[in-house]
Amino acid sequence: MPARLPYAYKYLRAKKKFPHVWCPGCGIGIVMGSIIRAIDSLGWDLDDILMVSGIGCTSRMPVYVDFNTLHTTHGRALAFGTGAKMANPKLKVLAVMGDGDSMAIGGNHIIHAARRNMDITAIIVNNNNYGMTGGQFSPTTPQGAKTSTTPYGMIEPDFDICKLTAAAGANFVARGDVYHVVELDGIIKKALSGSGFRVVEALAPCPTNFGRANRQGDAVDMMKILKNDTISIAQSQKLPPEKAAGKIVRGIFENRDEIGYTERYQNLCDRVSSEVKK
Amino acid sequence: MSGVPWGETKLVQGNEAVALGALAAGIDFFAGYPITPSTEVAEILAREMPIIGKKWIQMEDEIASISAIIGGSLAGGRSMTATSGPGFSLMQEGLGYACMTEVPLVLVNVMRGGPSTGLPTQVAQGDVMQARWGTHGDHPAIVLAPSDVKECFELTIKAFNLAEEFRTPVILMPDEVIGHMREKLTFPTQDEVCVTPPSAPDVPLEWYEHYHTSATGVSPMAHFGSGYRFHVTGLTHDTHGFPTRKVDEVISKMNRLKHKITRRLDVLENNILHDVEEAKVVIFCYGSVYRSALAAQEILAKQGKKVGIFRPITIWPFPDRTVKEKLDVKDVILVPELNQGQIIHEVERLTSDSVRVVPLHRFDGYEITPEQLVAAVLEVM
Repeated sequence: MPARLPYAYKYLRAKKKFPHVWCPGCGIGIVMGSIIRAIDSLGWDLDDILMVSGIGCTSRMPVYVDFNTLHTTHGRALAFGTGAKMANPKLKVLAVMGDGDSMAIGGNHIIHAARRNMDITAIIVNNNNYGMTGGQFSPTTPQGAKTSTTPYGMIEPDFDICKLTAAAGANFVARGDVYHVVELDGIIKKALSGSGFRVVEALAPCPTNFGRANRQGDAVDMMKILKNDTISIAQSQKLPPEKAAGKIVRGIFENRDEIGYTERYQNLCDRVSSEVKK
Repeated sequence: MSGVPWGETKLVQGNEAVALGALAAGIDFFAGYPITPSTEVAEILAREMPIIGKKWIQMEDEIASISAIIGGSLAGGRSMTATSGPGFSLMQEGLGYACMTEVPLVLVNVMRGGPSTGLPTQVAQGDVMQARWGTHGDHPAIVLAPSDVKECFELTIKAFNLAEEFRTPVILMPDEVIGHMREKLTFPTQDEVCVTPPSAPDVPLEWYEHYHTSATGVSPMAHFGSGYRFHVTGLTHDTHGFPTRKVDEVISKMNRLKHKITRRLDVLENNILHDVEEAKVVIFCYGSVYRSALAAQEILAKQGKKVGIFRPITIWPFPDRTVKEKLDVKDVILVPELNQGQIIHEVERLTSDSVRVVPLHRFDGYEITPEQLVAAVLEVM
């Protein structure tokens, strides 16, 4: 086993399922690497992990990792994950979704998973468009941006994934990106290390579709955008408002310790079963 | 009431009997969304399941409900949802996924008037074809239609057992009359009820194939967290569950999905026949209409007129062979349905031109009465 690939043979279906479907320059593989490093540092047993996804480029991730893996229907990863977590609370459930999957067709499910504080970690790769179907706009496409379905520029305002899920009740909400990958590793590790509904938005380039439609250059150019146009929470507090304007803030926005749904449901069972015994 | 009143005799509602049947079958997980006229199933289970430590959740919609029970079933829980017309339409996405991924579950659809919001509190049998063909693509379907409260209890248990045995969703379809009527029901004792235990593979981890091709087309299923790590996808997949577009693998998967049902009709077929051999006129019916047919038969008998009744309990897969054998020799088959004509096309398909297949439709939200049936039979005799 090559020393530089310490994770490949333990965590990936390395011999069976590669090459992967992602385009050159895609950021999803980097997020997958972050997830694997975070899980490795936590020392989790692979048998206890369920990775569930919906439909889209990001949602293809479960094929490549050697956990219990569930590739569901478009937008429903969190609903499937909710059922699996309830039926077998020992499972550590990770939902990997794209921006369209989680925010458009799955929008109803994510606000309710957050409201319930369902014990699932949602990793949302945000590349600002639907990549798999050829680059249509998503709820996170910035205003003015061109996609195959906004040829004259996006006129709708976009969702802020972090503000939305924090407002809906998620215990943990953070944003990272695939340029600041060490930081992303740490964020995902923190996300995986607690209870309740936990959200990580990972910004990632889609050079094939979004990048090309908006003349953002190649994968390296798009990485430079992530480098230059994002700032940490600490930087955002120091910078004067005119310099912070237009920058995307990275970091942990919410880190509550509210009781998660699994524990709350178990408490209910304990209470009503003891009342019946009386 | 708390739990199944084993061995007792009670006045029970159809939907209540479904909920108690689920408890008798050892339900582990229920996810649902409120909708008339099925809501009692969810309400009773919401009260009962936490007491015994079983999992119950009200999801944000019906799509989420069926998605949740698929996840629950894959994680090892015996899972069920209950809905009605509009919710059943939303569940078609998950139903197709469960057929494709071969996940056992029970879906209860208490039929009300449609289309769309239709007649929410009134009876219909308009979802019979949707239950067979509602989700896109070729897919298997097992659908059971109870005609009384006792059957609501028994067929719910049977639905769980068939779901395990065939690794596929099983749909229980009482119509609104059956779901909401109350009847005397003597519950069996606990040892009289047979519950098929969930399957589990016994092969070494590395040999496990989630879709192993066995003689019956169904193989033991591992669950998430059991140590057998496998992949599940709604994409067409190989025997290990990974996506494939290889022609031979696609054909093999699709044929197995079909044949695991069509080659086991001996197990699935379940009909009740009354005087079919002797009669020249036969009423072909299911659900609440069967009760009116029994009453009509009695009225006609008093007038010295003989009419047969053919009632499928399992409506899908359709009992092709028995219908052809028993009914293709008759003069007239009357097909009363609470819709504008659905199952009648199956009867027509299986009978020759010499057999008159006569419809009787009612779709105004009320049940077909014995008097209507008597009049219809006298007209064709």
